[in-house]
Amino acid sequence: MNYQVTEEGFYGDFGGSFIPEMLHSNIDKLQRQYIEIMSDASFQKEFRSLLKDYVGRPSPLYFASKLSKELNTNVYLKREDLNHTGAHKINNTIGQILLAKRLGKTRIIAETGAGQHGVATATVCALMGLECVVYMGKIDIARQAPNVARMRMLGARVEPAFSGSQTLKDATNEAIRDWINNPVNTHYIIGSVVGPHPYPDMVARFQSIISEEMKWQLKEHTGKENPDYVVACVGGGSNAAGAFYHFLEDEDVKLVLVEAAGMGIDSGESAATSVLGSKGIIHGSRTLLMQTEDGQIVEPYSISAGLDYPGIGPLHAHLINSKRAMVFSATDTQAIDAAFHLTREEGIIPALETAHAFAILDQVGAKPEETMIVCLSGRGDKDLSTYISYLDGKEVKRH
Amino acid sequence: MKNRLTDLFERKKNNVLNIYFTAGHPTLNSTVNIIQTLEKNGADIIELGMPYSDPMADGETIQKSSAVALNNGMTLDTLFAQVEEARQTVQIPLIVMGYYNQLIQYGIDRFVARCAAVGIDGMIIPDLPMAIYEKDHKSLFEQYNISHSFLITPQTSDDRIRQADELSSGFIYVVSQSSITGKTGDINKEQEAYFERINAMRLKTPTLIGFGIHDKATKERAFNFANGAIIGSAFIRSVDGANGNIESTIEEFLQGVIG
Ligand SMILES: Cc1ncc(COP(=O)(O)O)c(C=O)c1O
Repeated sequence: MNYQVTEEGFYGDFGGSFIPEMLHSNIDKLQRQYIEIMSDASFQKEFRSLLKDYVGRPSPLYFASKLSKELNTNVYLKREDLNHTGAHKINNTIGQILLAKRLGKTRIIAETGAGQHGVATATVCALMGLECVVYMGKIDIARQAPNVARMRMLGARVEPAFSGSQTLKDATNEAIRDWINNPVNTHYIIGSVVGPHPYPDMVARFQSIISEEMKWQLKEHTGKENPDYVVACVGGGSNAAGAFYHFLEDEDVKLVLVEAAGMGIDSGESAATSVLGSKGIIHGSRTLLMQTEDGQIVEPYSISAGLDYPGIGPLHAHLINSKRAMVFSATDTQAIDAAFHLTREEGIIPALETAHAFAILDQVGAKPEETMIVCLSGRGDKDLSTYISYLDGKEVKRH
Repeated sequence: MKNRLTDLFERKKNNVLNIYFTAGHPTLNSTVNIIQTLEKNGADIIELGMPYSDPMADGETIQKSSAVALNNGMTLDTLFAQVEEARQTVQIPLIVMGYYNQLIQYGIDRFVARCAAVGIDGMIIPDLPMAIYEKDHKSLFEQYNISHSFLITPQTSDDRIRQADELSSGFIYVVSQSSITGKTGDINKEQEAYFERINAMRLKTPTLIGFGIHDKATKERAFNFANGAIIGSAFIRSVDGANGNIESTIEEFLQGVIG
């Protein structure tokens, strides 16, 4: 099976570029040039050097001994939380800002849910001296306040999205509308492996540094070429795409996606797209999405702003459809419990998004001799106010 | 099989006025009345917006009218029933505008067949790419004699404009500026140069200029450069502002822009 994107931008049945004519010239230009720009030696040199000296890569691969003991297997954590700005999102924004500069763009727009992509975009714009506007749902502005403050301190303008459910989907709509209004000077830095071709492939390539490092780091730790499992949470799917990328063709490596079930898959308050979704078009891409019979997009729900999205990247729709990836889901409560558990056992406070991945590790079925890498996509500083509201009753006594 | 849209352009080459409104707005059952009133007061074409949850190319006015219509319970089947009812009394060309996902979920074959059965003449689906239309849907549209209008913008290359000219029937939708719907500025020199560039290409398909056409002055400018103009958001805003009688509001609005 082939899991790479085709020339037309498809992964099996999924992907493509379903966009109004107003976006055509920008998307067409990206489609024609992204591979060439990204493979240019000077681009690679600049990209790699910023990842190393500015982001702090490689991010460690850490053997989580207590989790390993508890789960009776070998658990390694890929520490994307230790990147500058606190998540994997910056791998992509560094790549795209360098690309935007080579395209001669002077203004950057982005959407954000949890605010991590917004912060990562505002950061690279500060670094490169470009104007930055970040669209964020009104509800997310309230629930991820520290990241809003960081973006503003970094000099970005944060524009609230008031439409729909006032979350990530709606922020994305607003960013697309901004791009329609400003096609000449503006580049849109999409934060996940979603959107029209070439975004899913371009973002996956920038994030593929995650699995590139996993491979040699695992070899250093264990002498093994490959892990048996790679586990990642999925909103749009960029940390998962990066963590899977170099294992896609190695069918022995089992790929595990974890979606947000919100209040429960059947509760009507969920974001478990692979279960609740069907084939359709969202944000310019044919993929799985939550929708009514009439094709109206359904408002999703998750406690985690970064997973609160009614679609999933087309690569993942293809991986799921072709059974290359397994999908689990975790509810709000399971994610909160998993966040406290990781914090108490390993001393790492994860982002709420990331916590979903940790909630299902005991369901994966890894054997004692096997190895599992979990993508620890981000740190939980932004979610402290949510975590604090659950602190009561969670006191521990250590002996 | 006759197509009222192509018939119209055979009869009328200039000053064609196309009015857009969102079906199911302001109330679920206002659609038929608005269609009848628009025909009576001088509109040449009516474009029925099929309300969508996530209208990517639309500004605030159409976003809001779409949300209201969906809240009112508007569905595609309701829209088809309303058009069927309106067709008992009106002859005006009717086209529908919406997003590709709506057609996909309804089933494209079924959708196009329903359009033909109830008396819809054409369609505008902004996020349906020309290549996919040509490969997957063109013959179906032709079989049912439903026209399809592609959009061109100031960024569209000459080659693509030629392609849109080949693939469009009825008319080509000339997007007046790089923007979403609902802008209210004047038409500037840069836009005029773009309209002239398109005129100089001598396209075989008639052209209608839309997006930002909001009053008599901007409509007149569009008439100077194309076969006609499309007014959407400005019309919806006037309906929204109607106190009481929707017929007289529509009559006044059309008198204002037609003059
Ligand atoms: C820490 C973290 N993990 C995961 C995600 C989900 O995005 P993706 O699925 O693209 O990795 C986000 C998005 O905001 C995030 O901040």
